[in-house]
Amino acid sequence: MTDAVLVLEDGRTFTGQAYGATGSTLGEIVFNTGMTGYQETLTDPSYHRQIVVMTAPHIGNTGVNDDDPESARIWVAAYVVRDPARRASNWRSRRTLDDDLAAQGIVGISGIDTRALTRHLRELGVMRAGIFSGDALVDGGGDRRPDDELLTEVLAAPAMAGADLAGEVSTDTAYVVEALGPDGEPLGTPVATVAAVDLGIKAMTPQRMAERGIRVHVLPSTASIDDVLATEADGVFFSNGPGDPGAATHEIDLLREVLDRRIPFFGICYGNQLLGRALGFGTYKLGYGHRGVNQPVIDRATGKVEITAHNHGFAVDAPLDGESVAPHDGGRYGRVVVSHVDLNDDVVEGLRALDLPAFSVQYHPEAAAGPHDAAYLFDRFLDLMNDQKGAA
Amino acid sequence: MPRRTDISSVLVIGSGPIVIGQACEFDYSGTQACRVLKEEGLRVILVNSNPATIMTDPEFADATYVEPITTEVLTTIIAKERPDAILPTLGGQTALNAAIALDEAGVLEKYDVELIGANIPAIQKGEDREQFKQVVEVCGGESARSAIVHTIEDALAAVEDLGYPVVVRPSFTMGGLGSGIAYDEADLRRIVGQGLHYSPTTEVLLEESILGWKEYELELMRDKHDNVVVVCSIENVDPVGVHTGDSVTVAPALTLTDREFQKLRDIGIAVIREVGVDTGGCNIQFAVEPDTGRVVVIEMNPRVSRSSALASKATGFPIAKIAAKLAVGYTLDEIPNDITGSTPASFEPTLDYVVVKVPRFAFEKFPAADDTLTTTMKSVGEAMALGRNFTEALGKAMRSIDKKGSVFHWDGQPATGEALDRLVETIARPTEGRLIDVQQVLRAGVSIETVYERTGIDPWFLDQVQLINEVAQATADAEALTREVLAHAKRHGLSDAQIAQLRRTSEDAVRGTRHAVGLRPVFKTVDTCAAEFAAQTPYHYSSYDEETEVQPRTRPAILILGSGPNRIGQGIEFDYSCVHAALALKGEYETVMVNCNPETVSTDYDTSDRLYFEPLTFEDVLEVYTAELAAGPVAGLIVTLGGQTPLSLAQRLQDAGLPILGTSPQAIDAAEDRGEFGKVLAAAGLPAPAFGTATTLAGARETAQRIGFPVLVRPSYVLGGRGMEIVYDQNQLTGYVERALENAADGGRAGTLPPLLIDRFLDDAIEIDVDALFDGTELFLGGVMEHIEEAGIHSGDSACALPPVTLSNAELERIRLSTEAIARGVGVHGLLNIQFALVSDVLYVLEANPRASRTVPFVSKATGVSLAKAAALVMAGRSIADLRAAGILPEQDASVVDLDSPVAVKEAVLPFKRFRTKEGVVVDTVLGPEMRSTGEVMGFDVDFPTAFAKSQDAAFGGLPTGGRAFISVADRDKRSIVFPVKRLAELGFEILATEGTAAVLHRSGIRSTVVRKHSSGRGPAGEPTIVDLITSGDVDMIVNTPSGQGARADGYEIRAAAVAADKAMVTTVQQLGAAVQAIEAAQAGPFSVTSLQEHDAAAVARREARRQAVVA
Repeated sequence: MTDAVLVLEDGRTFTGQAYGATGSTLGEIVFNTGMTGYQETLTDPSYHRQIVVMTAPHIGNTGVNDDDPESARIWVAAYVVRDPARRASNWRSRRTLDDDLAAQGIVGISGIDTRALTRHLRELGVMRAGIFSGDALVDGGGDRRPDDELLTEVLAAPAMAGADLAGEVSTDTAYVVEALGPDGEPLGTPVATVAAVDLGIKAMTPQRMAERGIRVHVLPSTASIDDVLATEADGVFFSNGPGDPGAATHEIDLLREVLDRRIPFFGICYGNQLLGRALGFGTYKLGYGHRGVNQPVIDRATGKVEITAHNHGFAVDAPLDGESVAPHDGGRYGRVVVSHVDLNDDVVEGLRALDLPAFSVQYHPEAAAGPHDAAYLFDRFLDLMNDQKGAA
Repeated sequence: MPRRTDISSVLVIGSGPIVIGQACEFDYSGTQACRVLKEEGLRVILVNSNPATIMTDPEFADATYVEPITTEVLTTIIAKERPDAILPTLGGQTALNAAIALDEAGVLEKYDVELIGANIPAIQKGEDREQFKQVVEVCGGESARSAIVHTIEDALAAVEDLGYPVVVRPSFTMGGLGSGIAYDEADLRRIVGQGLHYSPTTEVLLEESILGWKEYELELMRDKHDNVVVVCSIENVDPVGVHTGDSVTVAPALTLTDREFQKLRDIGIAVIREVGVDTGGCNIQFAVEPDTGRVVVIEMNPRVSRSSALASKATGFPIAKIAAKLAVGYTLDEIPNDITGSTPASFEPTLDYVVVKVPRFAFEKFPAADDTLTTTMKSVGEAMALGRNFTEALGKAMRSIDKKGSVFHWDGQPATGEALDRLVETIARPTEGRLIDVQQVLRAGVSIETVYERTGIDPWFLDQVQLINEVAQATADAEALTREVLAHAKRHGLSDAQIAQLRRTSEDAVRGTRHAVGLRPVFKTVDTCAAEFAAQTPYHYSSYDEETEVQPRTRPAILILGSGPNRIGQGIEFDYSCVHAALALKGEYETVMVNCNPETVSTDYDTSDRLYFEPLTFEDVLEVYTAELAAGPVAGLIVTLGGQTPLSLAQRLQDAGLPILGTSPQAIDAAEDRGEFGKVLAAAGLPAPAFGTATTLAGARETAQRIGFPVLVRPSYVLGGRGMEIVYDQNQLTGYVERALENAADGGRAGTLPPLLIDRFLDDAIEIDVDALFDGTELFLGGVMEHIEEAGIHSGDSACALPPVTLSNAELERIRLSTEAIARGVGVHGLLNIQFALVSDVLYVLEANPRASRTVPFVSKATGVSLAKAAALVMAGRSIADLRAAGILPEQDASVVDLDSPVAVKEAVLPFKRFRTKEGVVVDTVLGPEMRSTGEVMGFDVDFPTAFAKSQDAAFGGLPTGGRAFISVADRDKRSIVFPVKRLAELGFEILATEGTAAVLHRSGIRSTVVRKHSSGRGPAGEPTIVDLITSGDVDMIVNTPSGQGARADGYEIRAAAVAADKAMVTTVQQLGAAVQAIEAAQAGPFSVTSLQEHDAAAVARREARRQAVVA
């Protein structure tokens, strides 16, 4: 067994065993409380540049299959688990997670007190960290490198605040996900067309729209309003993605173009933060974010609670109660309500414009991983597009 | 939306006596419900016949009825109390069935009572197989292909299509009673026959076999706004085919991907909606085909269940408590999560640890029973453990079972050759010890694939067992026991004792080394959220990890050691006493509970200030103590309330320097050691039956000869009368000793025996049980109970009455003086239980146990005095005088007879129905010195006959008030039956008797119908035998006393038929006398009901009247 060391920005270290690839890696360390769905988590582009700690102790039990990934590669900067599986057991499993991590060069650490680490991050907030193993842990003479040297490397890493990362994870070229009929076969005539701007989109998102008969044009994050209009879409969608929404100037400008044209808009996660900013609200970094599949969110329109999948470190700063006028440009976008709120901590989980066909949620109705309680939001998007077509 | 304002009183129905499949988890859920409803300002009316429960303590409800849970009695209570609503979902299948019966009888409508927590259509949809199948289909799920049948013929036809093996499940039974797997026609006829009988609707479901599939369970909750949460997923390590109660289970599910888990979740949510559980919880079981992922919904329970108790303890999400709140109108988002204090209950707990539950069985009590595990639950208890990984949790859970041979071992060389082949053969049949056999097979080098093929246990779990083998090997092979080696072993759940075995050294030596290298467990917190939010509730478990979470405190702590998994002889009664200690000491002390039984009230995080969910072994208790000592001062440990398990640790704990409160370990020894105790008795001038010990056959024969037959023989290490037999002659004694020698030979010590205790057996003695409290100077006699059955039948299985029905004041005074002399002589400081036998005016001391007894809760209910609370305070240093002054104990104790006091009768409930021999017939039901009852009920009324009648009603549905009674007794009993049988005839019964008994009756002028003995076979014209008559339901009551251990030929068949036909059965003459009195009382009309609160108020009034009289 090879030693590995996790070094936090504040100097706390954890020593365990190397897992996946050996070497060194740096990033923002965050924890995820989901008990299932490690494959989806690893391949979620929103985790780009983040070191992900799994609070569930056993990871890798069901191996790796080719159906569940949310993108073509593993995005996490590093993986921290307590008890990696020695054996994969599932009828869909093709290979072990350990092998997959190693093959994709993902440095990991196992065998550490992940609960102590999680409590530390909960109390002190997420921070930069590094994992060092193998050659990266020893100096030229073969001796273990001192902790302060490792810490210096961690402190030299860029912080997440201010990072504009969508470009690093987005597709280079546009592609289409065809609409599906109730039988799962491609649909000749889609019921609607959506231009989905890929800011780190997960595979399940266009899939959920396609299942509803929607043709989805997935566009790169650099897409212009003309690229969007060229798809003749009935609605525009902004996906989840990594980074600080405060740094996404291009995308916010694009979104305002969409709003100005009253094109129906739906945003998820990062897309929700961008809608918030486009409307003139601020965004801020949460202490330790929401990452898991058990978050209770109330839909204020119905009073019903849905159990939802989350992965966000930033949130929108909007007035929680009642209608407010979107601050951007003297109220040009009219009134807005906070439509969804997290019951754990009252964080804004959704916005709905009252004078524009636009809404968004901070969490993941596409799930993957997570419960399907919020899937109705895709229906809502379809209804919004249909209403707009009816009105036009 | 706040709670409903249109309800101001609620009737809660409990689950009755502890039986297999329905145990103290319903005390836990019912207690939570009562607490919640009271807090909400509702008037709570509770009915439960089980006196050993916390829920039936008068402070948990406004009106507590310890009365039979029958439609008749419930109707009387409803008419008297006029509740607005009934909550039937927290008392198991018993309560649910009672609610359905009330509805069908029109009682709910007549008195305008609303069912809350579930409605009748929902119950029907959830429990009726055919309706449920449709529900599953509507929800997009699949059911196993099946057929509903109402006759054996239908079943034979249906199986043509379904094929063998086929699963048989009767409708509306609990714990899988009557279900099984039929491999051929003979099986089918037998199992379906039983199933039709047990099903209240004479309905049985036959189902395509999904044996060997992976089995999962989800616990769901839904509120009136249609919010649904999945509280917990549970995975069975044993695949489909073993009842989930008998299976090793793990939470959360460990071998499902998110997609597969979400599929189960989606179906589960659709099902709870479609069934219509709109304010409460349910559990749903799924089978997943391992090669394809095909999902089949097995069943659902539209109520709180054993699994929901497990899920509550596993996650920290209190399902029953929340269910009660939902039932009175709250929604999930309005209810706070107690553990975090800052987040709502409308979420799904996430775990950063692994929970393993292991069942505990009692096959040793039923040697004739088939020990194959099937879809009928047979375990009598369970232990749960938490760890930061599966191996750690599994190791802790297995050692929590507290039974020899229940942990992994590496004794001797791994099996090879034929022995290994046999072992590989064995593991295909699920049994109590299968997991250990699997470990041995893997240890012997058999591949995981082979073991998977034979057992269906998921390869991931098998690999974990193999990992434990590898860790053990590394531990054994290591040059020295370094910190690293130890840490590796501990991380995977090996106990100090297991490491010692591997290293061929002592447990103490391993611990010494471990402590020397500074390796101690840390204590983590169950917080429902994987540390996402700070926890307010100190609910801890140990793990060999880095950071501990025990908070410092200033108040001195008292550690209360619980009783571990339920077993026959040590169950809910001990949990009751532990909970009372926690309640009594709260406030002044920081109460710290240590226990590993997920079914109990003691392991509710609301009960004590701190909860450690830990095995009750020396090692684990020592580490909890060390952790608490680091957190603040520790006043001491209470070890005498949780039964034999904590008691057996007392000496070692004290030797290790831990402060033991109450009776000292030396005093405990003095009571257990024959010689020491003999001296105490001699000094006090108290007689005991002659006794001796022997370690060889010759010695045993000589001792028995000296003492005189009959003798009571038992090994010296017994619990619950294990291995105890009454021996009438030398031949029988030789047989007993030879069997014991064989058993000893198995243990590798051929030729010698652990000492056998041989006592003179007192024939025809009245057995008396006493519970008392002693503070070093003064005695408080808590209760004196007179057994209905003679001495020789284990006190746990014997019915008894309080106050004693036939004892004189002089005898009571003698009992009081003797008890005090023993308490003083032994050095008791706390509770003491003594068994006396009264023969020809001589009061013999049978045994004394300086600890809480099984009867403490019964005595407390019957007398209105909380003995366990008082005991805890005495152990913490208060005196009895002090407790009297504080009003905790009354002025007068049980030695003063209150002539107007009502009579309480305790009756035992036996599990014979559950067990079948390999040939598929019921095991014998004769009572003896070995305890076999699982639970008890109390009948409480103005006089003995009515109280006894109530106890029979509560225990098994009651004695008949007319019809045919069959009488067949041993020769020695013939003289005593004349009067009761005469009375029975006068009461209108037709008397049936075999020839010999009929002749005796005839001479006394009692007419009876002679019936054929079973051994004579049917008559020439096909005249039925008595067994035929019983089987066909033509006999309403069976009186059959066996003539000693040997002669059971006829008797057995009769008793087996009676059990199968579910008819009242009497197996002792004393019981017959009581039964006749009870039948007379029952004929007098419906029972009247009185709440404990009314009983207590009347007792206080009588005491006051007496005081006034004295003053005047």
